[in-house]
Amino acid sequence: MGSHEITLQINGEERSVHARNTDTLLYVLREKLGLTGAKPGCLNGDCGACTIDVDGQPMKSCLMLAVEAMNKKVTTIEGLQNAPIQTQFIEKFAFQCGYCTPGFIMNCHSLIQQHPNATDTVIKDWLESNICRCTGYKEIEEAIKATLRNVQQYRS
Amino acid sequence: MISFDFDYYQPATIEEAIQLFHTLDEQGKNPLYFSGGTEIITLGRLNRIVTDAVIDIKAIPECTAYRKKGTTHIWGATLSLSRIREIGAFPFLSKTIAEIADNTARNKITLGGNICANIFYRETVLPLLLTDSQVVIASRTGLKQRPLRDVFDQILQLEKGEFLVQIITEQSEIDLPFLCIKKRRQWDVGYPLITTAALKKNDRLKVAFSGLCAFPFRNQQMEKSLNDLQLSREERIEQALQQIPATILEDVHGSAEYRMFVLKNTLLDILDAFEGAES
Ligand SMILES: Cc1cc2nc3c(=O)[nH]c(=O)nc-3n(C[C@H](O)[C@H](O)[C@H](O)COP(=O)(O)OP(=O)(O)OC[C@H]3O[C@@H](n4cnc5c(N)ncnc54)[C@H](O)[C@@H]3O)c2cc1C
Ligand code: FES
Ligand code: FES
Repeated sequence: MGSHEITLQINGEERSVHARNTDTLLYVLREKLGLTGAKPGCLNGDCGACTIDVDGQPMKSCLMLAVEAMNKKVTTIEGLQNAPIQTQFIEKFAFQCGYCTPGFIMNCHSLIQQHPNATDTVIKDWLESNICRCTGYKEIEEAIKATLRNVQQYRS
Repeated sequence: MISFDFDYYQPATIEEAIQLFHTLDEQGKNPLYFSGGTEIITLGRLNRIVTDAVIDIKAIPECTAYRKKGTTHIWGATLSLSRIREIGAFPFLSKTIAEIADNTARNKITLGGNICANIFYRETVLPLLLTDSQVVIASRTGLKQRPLRDVFDQILQLEKGEFLVQIITEQSEIDLPFLCIKKRRQWDVGYPLITTAALKKNDRLKVAFSGLCAFPFRNQQMEKSLNDLQLSREERIEQALQQIPATILEDVHGSAEYRMFVLKNTLLDILDAFEGAES
C-alpha cells in the first residue's frame, strides 16, 4: 500500500507513474515525469517556486501529495505555450536569475484567468504567495498589468 | 521528501472514515485524519509527524460543503480557506483568513485542519469562539453537536478516532461588529506576533488571542476587566493584562515584554474603534 501506479492528467496528457503515497506532487513532477519547471525552494509552502495550476487554482506542489492530484487537471509551466503573461515577463524584464519565475508565472496566469479586472489589492494579495530574491516586484506587477490591459482590449 | 511510508485512504462517508480509523488503530498504524494535508506533509518531512496511515476526508460530502439553512451557516471542515473567503458570508472569519499564510497556500489549507493543527496559532478559532459557533464532531456513536467554547481548551478536545465535520454559526452573530488585528514582527505574510480578535455584543466586548500564549484562547476574566466602565481605558487594559491565563510566549517573533507592549497598544486601538477615540 506504500506505493502504487497512479494516473495523472498533466498538461492535457494522461501520465501513469509509480509513486509512493508520501511523494509530493512536486517530487513526482520533477523526478518521475521529468517536468522540472516547478522548482524546489523551501519545500515548506513558503516560497512559491513550486507553484502549478490544479483545476484552475494555483497550488504549491510541495504542499500536495501526488495521490491527491488523481482525477484533477494539473498544468505546469511546461503546459503554458506562449501564454500572454510569459511574453510580458520577457517584455518587462520581470526576472533576473529566473529561479522563481515559473512559480510566479503560474500564479500570475491563474490570477489573470480568475480576475481579468484585478485591482491593485488583489494583485498584491496574490503576489505575496511567491518570493523572489533578485528583483523587486515592480516589474512582475507591470507584466501582470500589461497582460490584463491586453486581455481587456481584446475583449472590448 | 517524506522518509517514511503511509497508506492513503479516501473514504466517501463519515461512517466509513470512523470505521477505517478504528481498524487501522487496532492494527497499530497510528492513523491520522488528513484534510488539506499541508501540516502533515511539512511536519512529516521533518519527522515531527509520523504515521503509517492517513484518512483523507475531502471526499465526504458533509465535510466539503457549505450550506445556509434559514439563519444558520454550516461550514464543512474541509472547505479551503480560500473557498470560505470566496463564499463571503462570514466577514469576521474572512478577515481572519485573509491574514493566514498566503493566497496560494490558502487554496490548500482547510478550516478543520487549521482548527485541529499542531502548530499553535490556529487563528480561525478566534472568530468562531467569539461568535459562539457550534461544532459537529463525528464519533463512533454518531454525530454530536457542541458549542465550540465547551470543547475547545487550547485545542479542540477530540476523543481518539473522532473528527471535526462541520462548524455552525448563526447569522445574528455574524452581523455583530468585529475587529481582527494581526501584528507581525515583519513583512505582510506569515505567522503573527499576536492576533487579537474582538466582537461587541449587547454592549459588551469579547476578545480572543493567538500568538500571545502557546495556544489560542478567549478569557472571560480579561473581558470582565475590559468591560469595567468604572475605570479609565488604561486601567481596564492594565487589569486585563494581569489576567492573561498562561505564560506569555518568548520566541523568534518577539520577547514576552515586546508582546505585552504590542498587546497593550492593540487593545487601546480596539477600545478606540468600538467606543470612539478619547480626546
Ligand atoms: C505557508 C504556511 C503558512 C502558514 N501560516 C499560518 C498562519 O499565519 N496562521 C495559522 O493559524 N496557521 C498558519 N499555517 C498553519 C496551517 O494553517 C496549519 O498547518 C493547518 O493545520 C493546515 O491545515 P490543513 O487542512 O492543511 O491540515 P492537515 O495537515 O490536513 O491537518 C493538520 C492536523 O489536524 C488534523 N486534522 C485535520 N482535519 C481534521 C478534522 N477535520 N478533524 C480532526 N483532526 C483533523 C490532522 O490529523 C493533523 O494532525 C501556515 C501553514 C503554511 C503551510
Ligand atoms: S518549494 Fe513549494 S513553496 Fe517553496
Ligand atoms: S529572479 Fe531570481 S529569485 Fe526571482
